[in-house]
Amino acid sequence: MTSIPTPGAKKLGLVIDLDTCVGCHACAVNCKEWNTSGHSAPLTDFSAYQDHPDGVWLNRVHTYEAGTGPDSRTVHFPRSCLHCEDPPCVTVCPTGASYKRAEDGIVLVNAEICIGCKLCSWACPYGAREFDEDQGVMRKCTLCIDRIYNQNLPEQERVPACVATCPARARHFGDLGDPTSAVSQLVAERGGYDLMPEMDCKPVNKYLPPRRRPAPVTPVETARAGSAAGASVLRWIDRVLSR
Amino acid sequence: MNPAFSVVLLTTASGVGYGMLAWLGVLNALRLLPSSPWFGVAAIVVALALSTVALLASTFHLGHPERAWRSISQWRTSWLSREGVMALLTYVPALGFAAAWWFAGPGTGVAAVLGLLTAACSLATVACQAMIYATLRPIRQWHHRLVLPNFLLLALFTGAVWLAAAVALDDAGAARLVAVIAVVFAVGAGVAKLAYWRQIDAAPPVATIESATGLGALGQVRMLEAPHTEENYLLREMGYAIARKHASRLRTVALATGFIAPVVLLLPGIALAALAGPVLLVLAALAAILGIYVERWLFFAEATHTVTLYYGRREAQAVARDGRA
Amino acid sequence: MKTTTCYMCACRCGIRVYLKDGRIRYIEGNPDHPVNHGVLCGKGSAGIMNHYSPARLTKPLLRTGERGAGDFKEIEWDEALALATKWLGDIRASEPRKLALFTGRDQSQSFTGWWAKQFGTPNFAAHGGFCSVNMAAGGLYSVGGSFWEFGDPDWERTKYLLMFGVAEDHDSNPIKLGIAKLKARGAKFVSVNPVKTGYSAVADEWVGIRPGTDGLFVLSLVHELLQADRIDLDFLARYTNAAWLVVQNPGGADDGLFVRDAGGKPLAWDRASSTAIDAATPGMQPQIAGHISLRDGRRALPVFHLLAERYLDGRYAPEVVADTCGIPAATIRRIARELADVAFDQAIELDQPWTDTSGRRHDKMLGRPVAMHAMRGISAHSNGFHTCRAIHLLQMLLGAVDTPGSWRYKSPYPRPMPPGPQPVGKGAKPDTMLPGMALGYPRGPEDLLLEPDGSAVRIDKAFTWDAPMSAHGLMHTLIANAHAGDPYKIDTLFMYMANMAWNSSMNPGEAARQMADKDPATGAYRIPHIIYSDAFYSETVAYADLVLPDTTYLERWDCISLLDRPIGSPEGPADSIRQPVLPPDRDVRPFQDVLIALGARLQLPGFVKDDGSPLYRDYAEYIARHERRPGVGPLAGWRGADGTAEGVGASNPDQLQRYVANGCFWSYHHAPEALYYKHANAAYLADAKRLGLIDSTAQIVLQLYAEPLQKFRLAAEGHGPNQPPDAQRERIRKHFDPLPIWYPPFEQALPEQAAYPLHAVTQRPMAMYHAWHSQNAWLRQIYSYNRLYMHRGTAAALGIQDDGWVWVIGRNGRLKCQIRLMEGVNPDTVWTWNAIGKRRGAWNLSDDAPESERGFLLNHVISEFLAGGRVLNADPVTGQAAWYDLRVRVEKADGPAETMPRPAALHHPPGMQPAPRKLHYAVQSSPPPLEGGGRGEGSPPARTVPVGTPPPNLDPLRGSSPQGEGETASPTAP
Repeated sequence: MTSIPTPGAKKLGLVIDLDTCVGCHACAVNCKEWNTSGHSAPLTDFSAYQDHPDGVWLNRVHTYEAGTGPDSRTVHFPRSCLHCEDPPCVTVCPTGASYKRAEDGIVLVNAEICIGCKLCSWACPYGAREFDEDQGVMRKCTLCIDRIYNQNLPEQERVPACVATCPARARHFGDLGDPTSAVSQLVAERGGYDLMPEMDCKPVNKYLPPRRRPAPVTPVETARAGSAAGASVLRWIDRVLSR
Repeated sequence: MNPAFSVVLLTTASGVGYGMLAWLGVLNALRLLPSSPWFGVAAIVVALALSTVALLASTFHLGHPERAWRSISQWRTSWLSREGVMALLTYVPALGFAAAWWFAGPGTGVAAVLGLLTAACSLATVACQAMIYATLRPIRQWHHRLVLPNFLLLALFTGAVWLAAAVALDDAGAARLVAVIAVVFAVGAGVAKLAYWRQIDAAPPVATIESATGLGALGQVRMLEAPHTEENYLLREMGYAIARKHASRLRTVALATGFIAPVVLLLPGIALAALAGPVLLVLAALAAILGIYVERWLFFAEATHTVTLYYGRREAQAVARDGRA
Repeated sequence: MKTTTCYMCACRCGIRVYLKDGRIRYIEGNPDHPVNHGVLCGKGSAGIMNHYSPARLTKPLLRTGERGAGDFKEIEWDEALALATKWLGDIRASEPRKLALFTGRDQSQSFTGWWAKQFGTPNFAAHGGFCSVNMAAGGLYSVGGSFWEFGDPDWERTKYLLMFGVAEDHDSNPIKLGIAKLKARGAKFVSVNPVKTGYSAVADEWVGIRPGTDGLFVLSLVHELLQADRIDLDFLARYTNAAWLVVQNPGGADDGLFVRDAGGKPLAWDRASSTAIDAATPGMQPQIAGHISLRDGRRALPVFHLLAERYLDGRYAPEVVADTCGIPAATIRRIARELADVAFDQAIELDQPWTDTSGRRHDKMLGRPVAMHAMRGISAHSNGFHTCRAIHLLQMLLGAVDTPGSWRYKSPYPRPMPPGPQPVGKGAKPDTMLPGMALGYPRGPEDLLLEPDGSAVRIDKAFTWDAPMSAHGLMHTLIANAHAGDPYKIDTLFMYMANMAWNSSMNPGEAARQMADKDPATGAYRIPHIIYSDAFYSETVAYADLVLPDTTYLERWDCISLLDRPIGSPEGPADSIRQPVLPPDRDVRPFQDVLIALGARLQLPGFVKDDGSPLYRDYAEYIARHERRPGVGPLAGWRGADGTAEGVGASNPDQLQRYVANGCFWSYHHAPEALYYKHANAAYLADAKRLGLIDSTAQIVLQLYAEPLQKFRLAAEGHGPNQPPDAQRERIRKHFDPLPIWYPPFEQALPEQAAYPLHAVTQRPMAMYHAWHSQNAWLRQIYSYNRLYMHRGTAAALGIQDDGWVWVIGRNGRLKCQIRLMEGVNPDTVWTWNAIGKRRGAWNLSDDAPESERGFLLNHVISEFLAGGRVLNADPVTGQAAWYDLRVRVEKADGPAETMPRPAALHHPPGMQPAPRKLHYAVQSSPPPLEGGGRGEGSPPARTVPVGTPPPNLDPLRGSSPQGEGETASPTAP
């Protein structure tokens, strides 16, 4: 049913730290690797070895520059489904293939009954949905639902592939509906924010902003402390040291 | 947004079809149409044929046409689903209307009631179709209060022109009134469209790359690297952009062919007797549908989606990207 | 599930490979592995696409057309090995040096090098000569260890990290994990790099330095610290040669050498006894400044005196260097101040008693929490050796070498200085193995590899006066020298994983031409035979006469050995193996197996039993049984007949099984008291000796002043039996300064350089490794072609637009490429991603692939020689290829939007299937798992979620795939 379930207490999602993401694409490729044989299999690739190579990816890493001059910032920016509390992609779906789970808030597509009308991808402001032009169905991040509930995996490995693999530990997974959870506290401490709040989709995923740069340790002037102009090596002649 | 042929055709043709059905129902109830059985049935069938072709066309762009039937299940939330439901519902009174016309005769109460029901369903279908677009917030040119009136007026206008032509083929004299209605709605729809264009041109973007990335605090944001070197589905589907110059040229074409030409053809068509009249009305009908096809193509081509912000697009940049069409 | 070691870059992370029905379901990082602790980068995560790449070679190939065309016929392995045996056998019986065996990103160099030694040719090297030798030599002659992947900032404790030009292809996951730790602790991270990408993007401060001026910047920091007297004199006196006396005898044969006693022990002046005594004497009071008159009448100065005198000089003042470096003087001064503040005012102490090599017990470990790290941005310059030394000097002055919070040695470092062993290769004789490994570390002119007539022993002229300390060889001169027959003609060029016809050559166009060039007189190729081994159809394959197809990294046994480039950590030594996860589905063999087989066919010592039969069945058996010296083999774990010995012990037939059972790695942790001050830590040195990592437990005294350099300089000044030719004297005298110096990179000093106002460098994309990954269907989507990145302001001045096409013109030619404007780059520098551009037809990409049509290789405008002849475009000390010295001019280009130059397309070899257009890679029980109802509320999740419970026999914990195709109930089901 494409009506939004009455929001449950549990809101599983990701927290992405833009301050530590070095833009290595590990999350994107590992996501592709896991999901092309997983819940959304296969994730088709087109012109795989020809001109205009292109494929279905559930997570993509952009790089932006913000500001100008030496203080401009380069920010790596992974982008995937935000599992919104109020997902327009779900309500527009004519078949019920798009749905939001009541028990944990994950937004999924049932490829079995998806007719491939693409309307959900039009309705999503974030470009989180990717149409598999070969399979004729819509694909999206499942939050690795076939990992996080996978009892064959050890407890600590029951996280989305992108989180498990991130070498910079810039991705965190947890229940953002629980204010006491580690992710919620991280968001509180670091001022985690929503993307495009003006769309009123209430994204569950949060982004942590790049930190402000620490101020220089000391004023430049004092750096000359102790330096007699033209200091000479003689200064150390009588220095008593012990080997 | 990518102006896919099937979708543009769907909305244009179904507009004509449902517009015609609406007028047939209303004008028959007012006894303002020819009463010959052949005319009624032919007109209703033509109108239904147009909307049916449109429905079929719309399934062409589905990834899984064979599952199209599923799309009526979510009428409680999805305007697309509602459009499907209404489109199917419309067949019931419409076919009944045709039957009543043929057997009982257009003048009978049953024909009148079924006709009015058909009109209601037809306009509801067009309204649902309009709402599919009007509820998409990421696309400011669609999430706009004039979209619904535009769709309705354009359907009624094109429907009227086509009905006028149809009537004229049966009885040139009786076509005058319909032609007058068509002229009135041509003007109405044209004005509404001009208002729409003026407003979307004036309106600011609904979001910025700064709000999309949340990095505005660091200064103006530019994309340095796209996730992948080549374009992907998102850009092919939603990154379609058209230069302002190109767009305004096409707007003129749409205005001239879709609104002005029909009026210019209708007026003498109303005046002239027999022979010439029908020919002009048919030409007007053809001009209208051509022009509205262009208008509908622009409706997509000029629509900008917020996802393109993540790819560093600013609406102004559309100019640079002209010719990708 | 099988564990093994990744080979998608040089990081060597541990991976877990999940298999399903004989195909790869998923590759993930091994959480238990000491290198990557479970994480895996984009490259490693795309291993599946490498393994199944359509560019894989499938069968041995024999050339049928001209070199460089790509025309081959398939042959059987027997024929291939017989042919190679014939060529190589003839060489060995006549003149072994006529075989040149050069490998590229080979992770078995201790074996391939040993094979060359047993064959008897001095002509062996890997690609270190154009990659890292400046850092290796600079470090090993200064602190007995080095940056790159052989040392680590103390990620847990450092408060300030100063990072120089680090590329993302070595130690990359450990560095990313480390940066995350720094950030979590709020430590400051300063990145010195002309380009603000990757790590620099997340640095707290980006210093957009002008390429090639890092050394001057660092020496200016040294100047500031000396000016402010903010240096760790106690550390210098105790752990460095700061107090060692240096003979002051201008013109004399001993000038600049250490004052030594009869036993050769360096002396220092003891204030207490007012005599020069053994500098290692515990408790002595060393004089570190002031002139000393020795009993024998000679005059001497302590190293520190020379050092202070030099760097206090005004030419190193921030104001003076600011413009050259492109860094404001205030910034240089501030960074110097920050370093001092953190090192001295924020020093840390560990409650960890330890004993130093003088037998002194310390109840605490004092830490200077300032760490540094440096890589290719330093090394690929013609002044890189001294720049690297300068950074180590800075570390020593701050007392920040292997202390808590500072840069730390990774096992098996530190090593004694001067490093060893020495290079070997003189007097190679037919049918005779060499007495030692070809590559090594010269202590002075006597260790150069020169024939009596002064000509080079090696084809690449390593260890000659061209580049005396070329410890990694000079692969970049190989093709040119072999083609020119200078210093002598060779017969067979035998290469492995070295893409010399493309991205592994400076000036690849010329390298390719030379490989295919014929002697007009004879009509024969100037390089008679070329044998090449690679797993994929790289550009170089087309130039080989005989192609020996290698396996992928998932189809072979392999070892990452302590004898080679180990994966040890600061906590202790570690090594690892690769095991075949899948059998090859093609007629290919691991290159190491092929060398074992050739060794046996050639009857090389060490490869055959007395009866001449093969000693080793394959490389796996070699790994387990080979002993380089008694008790020391390729692997250090589970040695001894019963597998209980560590480091040193008899070989163990079950060793590989023990590794497999342990996740394919072995790691050892030293005791807590042995974890810092390793260069002078008695407990560490004893443990390291026990493990066979070093031969002596003596203190490793850090070398501020590098005496071996002075020995070469003395030779240039006319002393000793081995002297450079007159033409070289000045060059040697100038550049073999025992204290770090800075000079402008050579290419910038060329007269014509005014015509080339911009620096041009490359960066390593984090999701691509060298040439390897354009055939990877996933990774090539991320970078299918590269652009030239330019500062917005610079572009505006040149009238260049974003997305525009330009000519990049260097003294060695020009290339055409597309522009991308940016803010975060030094305005005088342009850069691009490394090795994205490919040759048309290579790697089984279609002829219209962006890699060959729009992507480009900056190498096309670089040269291995400086203008006007055969002077190396390289570091004069180590011969490190100076490809970051490149200077260019950029001009708007018109014409078609396609790159230039674009060499002719290579033909595809037989057996290479056309690459598919569409990929639907999926491994699972079909049909793929799908929801039942797809209902959010109302329907039980049991039907809506495939929760991934594989059949019991696929339980990942018992070794197979964890993927979710099971349909059993979700744990959230009612």
